[in-house]
Amino acid sequence: MSGGGDLLPAGPATGGLAASDAVARGPVAPGPWRVAGQALLRNPSAVTSMAVLLLLVLLSLLAPAYARYVAHTDPFMSDVAATVSLHGEEVPVMQPNHNRLHLGLTPIGPTWNPRADLLGADNQGRDVAARLLYGGRNSLLISFCAAILCIALAAMVGICAGFFGGVTDMLLSRLMDIMWAIPVYLFAISLSIVSVSQGLHLGPVTIRSDSLLLPIVIIALVYVPYAARPVRGRVLSLRRAEFVTAARCLGVPRRRILLRDILPNVSTTLIVLAPLVMALALLAESALSFLSIGVQAPAASWGTLIEDGTGLIYTRPAVAIAPGIAIVVTVLALNILGDGLRDALDVRETSRGRS
Amino acid sequence: MLMALLGRLGQTLLVLLGISVLVFAVFFATPGADPTARIAGRNASPETMAAVRHEYGFDRPLPVQYLRMMDKLFVTRDLSSFVDHGQKVVPEVLRAAPVTLSLVGGAAAIWVAASVTIGTIAAAMRGSWIDRGLMMLGLVGISMPVFWLGEVANLVTQSRYHHSWLFSWVPGLGYVSLWRDPSGWFAHLVIPWIVLAVLFIGIYGRVLRADLVASFDEDFMRTARAKGLSDSRVLLHHGLRTSMITFVSLFGLDFAQLVGGGALLTEVVFGLPGVGRLTYQALNNLDLPLIMATVMYSAVFVVLANAVVDLVYLLLDPRTR
Repeated sequence: MSGGGDLLPAGPATGGLAASDAVARGPVAPGPWRVAGQALLRNPSAVTSMAVLLLLVLLSLLAPAYARYVAHTDPFMSDVAATVSLHGEEVPVMQPNHNRLHLGLTPIGPTWNPRADLLGADNQGRDVAARLLYGGRNSLLISFCAAILCIALAAMVGICAGFFGGVTDMLLSRLMDIMWAIPVYLFAISLSIVSVSQGLHLGPVTIRSDSLLLPIVIIALVYVPYAARPVRGRVLSLRRAEFVTAARCLGVPRRRILLRDILPNVSTTLIVLAPLVMALALLAESALSFLSIGVQAPAASWGTLIEDGTGLIYTRPAVAIAPGIAIVVTVLALNILGDGLRDALDVRETSRGRS
Repeated sequence: MLMALLGRLGQTLLVLLGISVLVFAVFFATPGADPTARIAGRNASPETMAAVRHEYGFDRPLPVQYLRMMDKLFVTRDLSSFVDHGQKVVPEVLRAAPVTLSLVGGAAAIWVAASVTIGTIAAAMRGSWIDRGLMMLGLVGISMPVFWLGEVANLVTQSRYHHSWLFSWVPGLGYVSLWRDPSGWFAHLVIPWIVLAVLFIGIYGRVLRADLVASFDEDFMRTARAKGLSDSRVLLHHGLRTSMITFVSLFGLDFAQLVGGGALLTEVVFGLPGVGRLTYQALNNLDLPLIMATVMYSAVFVVLANAVVDLVYLLLDPRTR
């Protein structure tokens, strides 16, 4: 930490230099958050990624409307005898195979007609496009909540370890090291396997095995060390910063230093981490669901959709490819947004750019 | 030097102890259902339940259970699976290890070569459209779920374009031992290698570029330029060398995690019978002893690999002593 940021104890460090610039020019200094927000809005790729994310959220919110009013199907009911009307004629959703005995059924492929299985059907005759939208709801909800929970836990761990130091720091850091040594997906699998069959019972709290809370909690826990490490580093450098020393010399109580000086400055680190953790959480959720220990049937997520499509990958690749593209687009947008936020909030980047 | 070594050794032992306690706690002390039912598998008979309870000592206090489990895993190594008719777990894990090593080793070679190339080119042309394009490609690589990419690769090489000249050499999914058929080993693994490497090419390429660009402002780089060295020599001999430090420490961690089972999804998609696929099968059978064994072994492997990396650092860089 260097530059003007240290001069602004109560507020994200970003604005330090910008604010003093503005003071030199005019009477009203834009707040540090405002400066960061404007920098973000000037970044075309960050704006695009925000628009894409917003669009994805809107689309998945519209899932019931699409299923009921456009596709006219129930994407959670398997119906192998269903038919769809295509070019004025009724076509069975499950079509007999082209072998000599007509053994087995293959679901209908993409019709590119939103009224009749836009992206085809899966092997239970369910509309893939509608399931994709419903799956998006669960995938986005789980990864968002997991990211928030993970960041909150990481903030607690990182701030405690960095601020109190000593034994607290040693214990917490060792615990993080231990958790970090277990490969992320294996750790998530271990936690899932013990909870997925019977659910979790923590005293009075019971989480049912098909509850979305289960993957949320598991994914959040697994990525805590990833997010706690940078938070701890930031707190350590803040604790040595001049304005904290000044506050300590003035006799400001530790609680107040923590709340007024440390927390606002750490918040930028947390904000930058949030989309990156959400991207990781989305990938982890899809992997767990792909291994059928994440979202449980009949509910859908992009991961379970890819699993459904695995058996059809050579005959009806759209079933697995479509949710994969949805994941790639979402994660890419989150990563770009994370980069944009880092550029907008990073004090060193802005001060170097302005000097 | 000796004190530093002993200190690291002590830390490693502590972390190993902590990991074994954590993994044990996750599997056997999670509040909720009886661990007996989990180990015995679905629809186990009362006799099986009684046998499991006796075998693991679930009628005894937790510390005794913990010691008994560690004994079964690392000393007598006779932990057996109840779901899989008393199959011994530890030899099974050790048998699967060479497959995982083949997969991860090849992928690592590809990702190191590709990411060094990409990172260096992007740093040398920083600000240009080539730089932006390469970094964007890297970000796309980071954003792809590996199991999905694997399925798309299978679709292309096994089905859609399998009969074209480009992919007609790709054999069916599976694994052939290196000692039995080296060319078959290579042909079976090339596509999995590339798929597994894509994510890491993205990460490492971006990390290396950032480190290289940051090193351009360093004094020693200015000195090297001031001496009149050519740009490429400054970049490759001075910049790249120091920028590899983050790269190498990241590499140690990732490589160990992958060998320890992180390559699970790739192994599942390509039908490679490695440690990860063993875990996957255990997952489908709810075979807890097997999963616990793979998790425990992988964590131990990661810790030991980290200790080795630390040791190498200690020997190479006097400042860390």
